[in-house]
Amino acid sequence: MREIDVSQITEAVAKLCMDSNYYIPEDVRQRIIEMREKEESPVAKAILDQILKNHEVAAEEKMPICQDTGFAVVYVEIGQDVRIVGGDIKEAISKGVAKGYTEGYLRKSILLDPLKRQPNSGDNTPPVIWFDIVPGDKLKITVAPKGGGSENMSRTKMLRPSDGVEGFKKFVIESVVSAGGNPCPPVIVGVGVGGTFEKCAWLAKKALLRKIGERNPDPFYAELEMEILEEINKSGVGPMGLGGRTTALEVFIEQFPLHIATFPAAVNLNCHAARHKEIVL
Amino acid sequence: MAVYHLTTPLSEEDVRKLRAGDEVYLSGIIYTARDAAHKRLVEMIEKGEELPFPLEGSVIYYVGPAPAPPGKPIGSAGPTTSYRMDAYSPILIAHGQRGMIGKGERGPEVVEAMKKYGAVYFAATGGAAALIAKSIVSAEVIAFPELMSEAIRRLEVKDFPVIVAQDSYGGNMYREGVEKYKRA
Repeated sequence: MREIDVSQITEAVAKLCMDSNYYIPEDVRQRIIEMREKEESPVAKAILDQILKNHEVAAEEKMPICQDTGFAVVYVEIGQDVRIVGGDIKEAISKGVAKGYTEGYLRKSILLDPLKRQPNSGDNTPPVIWFDIVPGDKLKITVAPKGGGSENMSRTKMLRPSDGVEGFKKFVIESVVSAGGNPCPPVIVGVGVGGTFEKCAWLAKKALLRKIGERNPDPFYAELEMEILEEINKSGVGPMGLGGRTTALEVFIEQFPLHIATFPAAVNLNCHAARHKEIVL
Repeated sequence: MAVYHLTTPLSEEDVRKLRAGDEVYLSGIIYTARDAAHKRLVEMIEKGEELPFPLEGSVIYYVGPAPAPPGKPIGSAGPTTSYRMDAYSPILIAHGQRGMIGKGERGPEVVEAMKKYGAVYFAATGGAAALIAKSIVSAEVIAFPELMSEAIRRLEVKDFPVIVAQDSYGGNMYREGVEKYKRA
């Protein structure tokens, strides 16, 4: 058994919270550069230029790309030959989030009571944590800060089996187009299909971690991803919803087997500040 | 598409010359407020209390900035989604507010007030928050500090870059711009 001390996890999470908020993933930046070249609207071009310039300012000055530094969503893959020592792993992750958001001058956006809408937790805890047990003796942590604006425009729907592939496509495209400028397009579209109600929504969010250009391994779904992306970019919504050809950077679909009676689908949108960073301990 | 440099407070004349799609660089004093602060401002108006800043000619920026790192007046400060303020904006516009800065389309109740009293809605680029912070010269919390990032701040800005998204005549980039670039 390989031992990992929780203090290492706290430090890793703190650094991931800061770095994910300061540095845009290179694949996302490259896709924005490519799509800017093809953009037809002058306003859209100007907005994409601001977005690209902003990446540079954020990295140089170590300031967050977006002031909404998000809900800290943390994925932890624990190798089955790893033993966590020195304390409670959930507490260690939470401490890492508090440290990262405080020391990194990141915004604290978490309200402790959802109905009373107060008080603010003060250190952006608690995080949303997803554990998975995998083969091996490594521990992989991914921090994906999730902004509120794009989260608000996300949807789940229990489609009818008779809605078919066309009904599914229509649901995904409409979710993105009707959101207009609210989720900060150009967006990344995470789609879950199949599974249960909650599994489907989970898959839509997990899809957002994929690298730009990484297609679904199943050719049928890969084709569908490209088709839906093309349709969305014909909508005219454009950067910030002010018109243009650059509405979505990517569409990622994750599928799971489903019950004979059901057809759940979920769309989780991510703004162009598609932040996530991982480390393997 | 015209380019304007405007200084706050804005007059009705300033606002009425702007058309959807125009580029504007704003300088002077603007105030920050999000939904929680808007709710309180409207409650204060209803009770006849004095507001923490003069509404006449004011521009309100919908932002909850990140904390200021050492040596900087403010942290990253991009716009938040504006529809959450739609319930409150018409009342503030009726009391003299002339400009709003945010992201995403405004509803019909806001548009009506904009046309009637002469107000304009500017879009700033969501997520360009570190870049926008560079046009903010100073920042000071002037009301509701307990709301933390949602407190009302007085910002001094220089050439803050915005686009007229919806004008005081019903002109709307969210409709016109999208229609123009739509493909069958």
